[in-house]
Amino acid sequence: MDNIQRLLTLMTGDEKHDLASYSTLDVLRVLYERVLDVAPGNLDDPHRDRFLLSKGHGPAAYYAVLSDRGFFPESWLRDWGTFDSPLGYHPDRNLVPGVEISSGSLGHGLPLAVGTALGLRAQGVDARVVVLVGDAELDEGSNHEALELAAALGLDRLTVVVVDNRSTSYAVPGRIAERFATEGWQVATVDGRDHAALEAALTERPTGVPNAVVATVLDREEVAA
Amino acid sequence: MTTVTSARRLVRDPRAQFGRTVTDILDEDLSTALVWAEISGRFFGGAVRRHPDRVVNVGIREQLLVNVGAGFALTGMRPIVHTFGTFLVERGFEQIKLGFGHQGLGGVLVGGGGSFDASRGGRTHQAPGDVALMDTLPDVAIHAPGTAAEADAVLRRAVAADGLHYVRIVEQTNTESFEDPGLHVVRRGSGATVVAFGPLLDEVLEATVDRDVTVLYAHSVRPFDAGTFRAVLTTPDVVLVEPWLAGTSARVVSDALRDVPHRLLSLGTRRMELRHYGTPADHQRAHGLDAAGIRRSLESFLDGRRPGR
Repeated sequence: MDNIQRLLTLMTGDEKHDLASYSTLDVLRVLYERVLDVAPGNLDDPHRDRFLLSKGHGPAAYYAVLSDRGFFPESWLRDWGTFDSPLGYHPDRNLVPGVEISSGSLGHGLPLAVGTALGLRAQGVDARVVVLVGDAELDEGSNHEALELAAALGLDRLTVVVVDNRSTSYAVPGRIAERFATEGWQVATVDGRDHAALEAALTERPTGVPNAVVATVLDREEVAA
Repeated sequence: MTTVTSARRLVRDPRAQFGRTVTDILDEDLSTALVWAEISGRFFGGAVRRHPDRVVNVGIREQLLVNVGAGFALTGMRPIVHTFGTFLVERGFEQIKLGFGHQGLGGVLVGGGGSFDASRGGRTHQAPGDVALMDTLPDVAIHAPGTAAEADAVLRRAVAADGLHYVRIVEQTNTESFEDPGLHVVRRGSGATVVAFGPLLDEVLEATVDRDVTVLYAHSVRPFDAGTFRAVLTTPDVVLVEPWLAGTSARVVSDALRDVPHRLLSLGTRRMELRHYGTPADHQRAHGLDAAGIRRSLESFLDGRRPGR
């Protein structure tokens, strides 16, 4: 069993739990293993890359990846959600090393990422800011305020990765990518399970425009269907 | 009086003063940023030109306004976030609660207009509930300067401090400035204690000119200066006069006097919508917050007279 699966099992107690049920897992692994310059040793470095998990619900995969990378001991995973655990069902940056934002309520991460990118730019820091949102999270209008401004201000250190597991109730095929492209973002749509494709899209750093990656992930039912 | 700065440029209008003071702060302190949303741009012109990376207009996007400010704070900067109070505090309240409060970040939120500035603009541009709403969050410092000089002092202190601050900038002003935080003893008497917050002090002084009461004044609304309040209290009759929702500060008086049997009269804006236009003075009068209205309420509360109109 791979270490991430073992760590997830600590949380779920279910060894048969299919990794495919974690829509964000592959994106998170590629980010932390191949893309981001952030580690337990540089958490206080203003030049570290920032990853903001906006879609804060269902954070088991996030916690497993952070623990795997050494941000906190795996013993924390066993009793997550209990009163004294730092690990809640939505992550809290004040409790968990490596967590850049406290999330849970949808539609806050991308606006916070835009502010973070602006703050880093004002200080001459060239670090990446990557924010993960869900396709249904884009229902929230606050995201659209943010993606418009990010393009208008040319925030080219900002990457949005949309994990598209077709969970929005009112989907329009291709709308997400078109929405970003219309505002002037660079956009790539990739298979959200394909690590090489994810790495290529997530490491893109276009000049003068922000980068959007739509990572398409079908859940088990859809795969089986 | 505290010396808050070496080169102050004071004007008469608190909103113009906000623009001038924040422009000076941006010039002096590279760790500050101003995030605004189309409103008050005419006051920021010089700063926009000189500091394009630290002065950001987000357009008419108030949810984004607040979280962009919080994002600046995530990178270690001190954001100043501004639009009309209603759009800042009420439209983006979850952004304040989560983007600043829950993240554990600090910043200075500056809301313009208050309860009365937009007297002709109607309910959409009035925020009588802003202080009460901000007061639901832990550890927020709330300031209601009553003059331009107080606005300057309050803004400079709030930016230099830590934590989350809300500064309420309005056009109504008092005659005298009290630049230090805390309760100021404006007049000492042997009867009731009347506490005036923000730009209602002149009205309170006029309403109480022939009464043997103590008049206290503060522009620092939270934290409430309970120490001074208890120290000067004589008869346990307390009158609160606030230029926002009546009763907003009743809880801090209640906390301060939990071991003292007391009576409290809370004056402020009434809950009903006026659905009238006119001047700020018309609105203050309609809420019973002009000198005559405050006098009538005092007669009823302190002398047992029935309020007659």
